[in-house]
Amino acid sequence: MLRQIEGSRAVAETVARCRPEVVAAYPISPQTHIVERLSELVDSGGLGGCRYLLVESEFGALSACIGGSAAGARTYTATASQGLLFMAEALPNASGLQLPIVMTVANRAIGAPINIWNDHSDALSQRDSGWLQLFASSNQEAADLHVQAFALAERVSLPVMVCMDGFVLTHAMEEIDVPEQEAVDAFLPPFRPRQWLDPDHPVTIGAMVGPEAFTEVKCLMVQRQRRALDAVAAVGEEFRAAFGRDSGGLLRPYRTDDAEVVLVVMGSAWGTAADAVDALRVDGVRAGVLGVTCYRPWPAEALHDALSGVPRAVVVNRAVGVGSGGTLGQDVRVSAPDGTEVCEVVMGLGGRPVTRAALADLVCDVLDGWEPVGVLDFRDADHTVVARELVREEAPS
Amino acid sequence: MKLEVRIHGRGGQGVVTAAELLSLAAFDQGLHAQALPSFGSERTGAPVVSFCRIAGRPIRAHDPVSHPDVVVVQDPTLLHDGAILTGLTPEGLVVVNTGRSPDQLVHAGLALAPGQCAVCLPATELSREALGRPLPNTALVGAVVALTHVVELHALQAAIRERFGHAPDEVLAANLRLASDAYVLVREQERHRA
Repeated sequence: MLRQIEGSRAVAETVARCRPEVVAAYPISPQTHIVERLSELVDSGGLGGCRYLLVESEFGALSACIGGSAAGARTYTATASQGLLFMAEALPNASGLQLPIVMTVANRAIGAPINIWNDHSDALSQRDSGWLQLFASSNQEAADLHVQAFALAERVSLPVMVCMDGFVLTHAMEEIDVPEQEAVDAFLPPFRPRQWLDPDHPVTIGAMVGPEAFTEVKCLMVQRQRRALDAVAAVGEEFRAAFGRDSGGLLRPYRTDDAEVVLVVMGSAWGTAADAVDALRVDGVRAGVLGVTCYRPWPAEALHDALSGVPRAVVVNRAVGVGSGGTLGQDVRVSAPDGTEVCEVVMGLGGRPVTRAALADLVCDVLDGWEPVGVLDFRDADHTVVARELVREEAPS
Repeated sequence: MKLEVRIHGRGGQGVVTAAELLSLAAFDQGLHAQALPSFGSERTGAPVVSFCRIAGRPIRAHDPVSHPDVVVVQDPTLLHDGAILTGLTPEGLVVVNTGRSPDQLVHAGLALAPGQCAVCLPATELSREALGRPLPNTALVGAVVALTHVVELHALQAAIRERFGHAPDEVLAANLRLASDAYVLVREQERHRA
C-alpha cells in the first residue's frame, strides 16, 4: 500500500518487517530517524523478541552486531559519515568472518571540515572493507533494498551496506510502498547461519591465521565477492517477480540504448538525471543515465556491456580520492569498453545539490567539446575562491 | 499539473512540517508529492528552507525546487534576504506571515516582478490566539491551499489529523481551526481583489 512517508521511517518499518533479532544503535545525523523509529517499534512490541542495544559508540554498535551475528542472530545497525569511520576497525572483521549483518549508511560527507550533508565519501572510503554496497536511487528502492539485503547477506554469508543519500532521501517525505509483512516473510526465509557460537557445540570464529594460509583466505574472500555479484542480480530478479517492482540489481540504465552521452551516477541523483535526460531528449539531445546500484562487488562486466556502443560516458563523482582522483570514476574507467570515452567530474560534495539544470548543462558541454580539467574537474566549485586561496598560500610570508 | 513551493522560516517554526503537511494533503487527494528539507545548522532560530513538489505523475527528481510557484515566508525578518524570491516563477506568489499589507512590503523593498503577487497573513497572531504559541505553519499552509486551488481544504485537514494525531485533542483541534480560518481569510482577500 502506498503511503506518504519519510524515507527513514519507511526504511525502519521495512527493517522491522525483516524481523531482525538484534538491532544495535548509536545515533548520528542523518541516520538517527531510522534507529529512533526502530526503537519505538521494539518498545511497542512490534518486533517480537528483538534485542535493541543502545550502545556507547558506532564501534560498539558494529561490535555488538558482530557478536550477535556470530551467535546466530539476524542483526542490523545504521550509521553515517564519521560513525562509519569509527566502525572501520570492525568492518573487515564482519566481512572476513562472513557475518551477514545488514547496515544502512545514510550517506554523509566526512570531515574536516565537519559537514552533516550528503555525499558518498563515507561509504566509498570503505569500498575495500569486504562489505557489499548497494546504492538506492529512490526511497522506494531504499526500502526494497533492505529486504533484498537480508536475503542476499544470508545467501552469500557476507555483510551488506544499503547506502541511501542523507537528508535527500532519509528526510524526504514521498509515496513509498513499504513491503508488506506477509510478502517479506514469503521472500525472506528465517536466518539459518552457516556456523554459530553455541556452548554445546564449541567452534572458534576468528582464529589467527599466519603466513601459511592468510593469502588463501584473502583469495577466497575475493572469489566470494565475485560470486556475490550473481547473487545481487538474482535477488533483484526474484524481488521483481515477488513484488512487481524494479528495485536492486547491478545497474539501472535509462535511455542508454542510442545515447551519445551517458551520465554515470550513484544514489538519488539517478532520478534527477533521468528528468534531465527526458528534457534533453525533447530538445533532440540523445542522452542517457546509468545508475550504479551495486558498487561492491563492482559489476565490471555488466558496466562494460551497458556502455557498449556509447561514445561518451561522464561519471558524476560524489566522493574524491584526495591525491588520486574520482573514486567511482576510476572503476568506470577500468571497466568501460575501448570505444567509450570516459570523463569525470566531481559534483555534489557536502550537500551541494546536484540539479537537473547542472546535469543538462554538463551533457551539453561535453557534446560541445568541453573537456574536464585534469583527472578531476570540480564542476560546481567556485574556482575564483580556490585560485585566490592558492595564491595567498603560495605568497612568501 | 504541477505545483512547487519553497518555504523559508527559522528552526522551530515548523518549516519542514509545513512542507510535509502540504505533501500529505496532495497525496491524500490522489496526487503525487514530495516534501524535501534543506537543513541549515539544525538550530532553533537559524534560517531553514523546505520544499514541496506536487505533480500529476510520479516524482523522480530529488534536487531542490529552483523555480517555485509559491514562496512562503514564515518569518518576515527573512524578507531582508535578497535571495528569498530567487527563481520565483513570473506569475508566482509570495505568502508572507505579517500583519502588514502587500503594499507596505513592496514599499519596504520587496522586489516583485510585474506578474508576481504578495499575500499577507498574520499567522503568528492567529497561532498565538489558537495555540497560545507562535507556530505559524498550519495557518500558512491553509493560505497556500486557498490560493493555489490544487489541494482541497478537507485534504489538508486530513493531513493535519494524520501528522498531529499523537498530539492532545485541543492542539489538533486548534491546528485544524487555524488552517481553515487562514483558508477562509485568504479566500475573502482574493474575492476583494477580484
